[in-house]
Amino acid sequence: MPEAYEQAIGAALSDEKLQSAVYSSTARLMNKRKEVVAAGVLPDYQELREQARAIKKHTLDNLDYYLEQFEARVTANGGRVIWARDGDDVVDFLTGLAKEKGSRRVVKSKSMTTEEIELNGRLEREHLEVVETDLGEYILQLAHQRPYHIVAPALHLTRYDVADLFADKLGVEREVEIEKQTMIARRVLREKFLAADIGISGGNFLVADSGAVVICTNEGNGRLATTLPKIHVAIAGIEKVIPRAQDLPTFLKLLGRSATGQPLTVYTSFLAGPRREREADGPEEFYAVLLDNGRTKLLADRAKRESLYCIRCGSCLNHCPVYRKIGGHSYPWVYSGPIGAVITPQYQGLLHDAWLPFASSLCGACAEVCPVKIDLPKLLLALRSEIVKSRAAGKGTTLERLAFRAWSWVMRHPGVYEMLGSAASAIAGDGGIPAPFRRGPLGAWLKGRDLPAIPQRSFRQMWRARKGS
Amino acid sequence: MSRVSLFVTCIVDQLFPKVGIAMAEVLERAGFEVDFPEEQTCCGQPAFNTGYRAETRDVARHFLRVFRDAEYIVIPSGSCTGMIEQHYPELFKKDPVWLEQVNRIRPRIWEFTKFLTEVAGVEDVGARFERVVTFHDSCHALRQLGIKDGPRRLLANVRGLTLREMTPAEECCGFGGTFAVKFPDLSTAMAKAKVDAIAATGAEYVVGVDASCLMQIQGALSRARLPIRTIHIAEVLAQR
Repeated sequence: MPEAYEQAIGAALSDEKLQSAVYSSTARLMNKRKEVVAAGVLPDYQELREQARAIKKHTLDNLDYYLEQFEARVTANGGRVIWARDGDDVVDFLTGLAKEKGSRRVVKSKSMTTEEIELNGRLEREHLEVVETDLGEYILQLAHQRPYHIVAPALHLTRYDVADLFADKLGVEREVEIEKQTMIARRVLREKFLAADIGISGGNFLVADSGAVVICTNEGNGRLATTLPKIHVAIAGIEKVIPRAQDLPTFLKLLGRSATGQPLTVYTSFLAGPRREREADGPEEFYAVLLDNGRTKLLADRAKRESLYCIRCGSCLNHCPVYRKIGGHSYPWVYSGPIGAVITPQYQGLLHDAWLPFASSLCGACAEVCPVKIDLPKLLLALRSEIVKSRAAGKGTTLERLAFRAWSWVMRHPGVYEMLGSAASAIAGDGGIPAPFRRGPLGAWLKGRDLPAIPQRSFRQMWRARKGS
Repeated sequence: MSRVSLFVTCIVDQLFPKVGIAMAEVLERAGFEVDFPEEQTCCGQPAFNTGYRAETRDVARHFLRVFRDAEYIVIPSGSCTGMIEQHYPELFKKDPVWLEQVNRIRPRIWEFTKFLTEVAGVEDVGARFERVVTFHDSCHALRQLGIKDGPRRLLANVRGLTLREMTPAEECCGFGGTFAVKFPDLSTAMAKAKVDAIAATGAEYVVGVDASCLMQIQGALSRARLPIRTIHIAEVLAQR
């Protein structure tokens, strides 16, 4: 593991304030989810998961068809679809658009896809003003941090942290009450909304049969960002398409519940094209940017295609004992938690963050709560195997591979296995394991844990004695 | 009388032999003829979880040969049972000959408590253990095999035993095989969270169905100098 991550993990583990903030926030989200998916409240929860998975599978197996249908519907609604290979394509399109329209000011509602391509920084370098309007995202923009969590970006910060930040960056009085902090942000952001030329949103779902972009939000900023500015640009990954509007309830019932324990998010907005005649509000121009950025590479891999089923609810993060310990900023990319560990190596290259799929106890808590039933442990195991294989192809035989080869041979030779076991037991003896052996894996174990007393006889030896008596 | 073949797992064989003996005693008292195929070693999980599938397959074939003719294979571990039941098919998906072996053996593989409650139909093994205990749900037993109520029903019938549930009982102890030594600080931090939950119950013993999780928990308990002990459920059920 690269030293930078080892340090980040070490720092997170020893930061008691952070540990308690992350632990209590995720615990609250877990408990709320549990209440609203309980059999008495949502009896068809398991069927909904099956259904959601089946819809995702069908759509991704026929993705070309549904994407083209979506484009045709958007065009018919008076909007335009932009196909973006990567972040560069998105930036080129947006800067071109801003130049053409003489726009400079951009407001954004929360979008992980734009975080993925580091859109804010890149637009700022092109001299555009970009303002995040989701409260958590706004806080992070002021703090120059990336999201800590897919759904709750500022989950690691306490209201006292936010009080300091607002006082420092906005020059306001230090205010620790959350309601009052919200009012401060609201005052600043309202001006930004009114002045903005372009509103950028993400897209939770792209509905192919109606050409609608559906966004699920809680703060109302999404509605302002997509209706006040003259231009609305929705940016979403190509995997976000679903076939029909009638497939939506399945996902809407699962998304809010899995994410925050809400039966529905406060706002569910259907954005299908620019303002029509006789409509009171809405943008004059509507663009849907469909981003690949490596998704077609995942799509081509049938064994791991289900990685694309993710609806970004963040539930796997909340339930992951590893995420809850190391936190979102210990992960190499914007996507953290189990889904981050699964998709990061697939997007960024297998050996780029090769340690990541191994940083899991494979407890399976993630798969148990995933609303689209992604088999995350299975994907982690598949990635581990691929990483080991591609390492062998690159650097030849590693020490670890040699060790496992030897181990495998021993395990097929019970006589040798027993002899080695007896030898180890003799070495450990009464005085415990001698110092020269307290290195490597054993040393790692002993760093924070004791070892059991090594028995003098193995089971098989006890069994023989028992039979003989 | 049905014959039961023990697969005691490498960790019980080498580090916790008394768990295997206890399991044999409980099964014999329940009326089974118990044997121990001596050629057995490991299910292959350490290599599988670390990404070494070719090496795992060699060990898995050895397992399949050793237990080919067993009537029931009973295992004191949810994790090793899950390995065979759920991951062997994946390992041999491109090898129809061995896949058939896997599919023949899968219905005969049983985790120990699941075998007692579902095959033997026993919930009261006549045990006595006058202690306050808490129960740790091992992840693979719980999530791969659906083992949740069975061990608790068995414990409920142990004379003198008081079960005090910890919150959360279902959170991982942080063992995870080679994860425990590849990420020692993280693994230990997870164990500490578990230890806190255990200590809060006031229990004298932590009972579990997997020796590996118990080794992790015991390692953290004794490093924290807490007097609480771990004990495998087979050892509890063998107490009279």
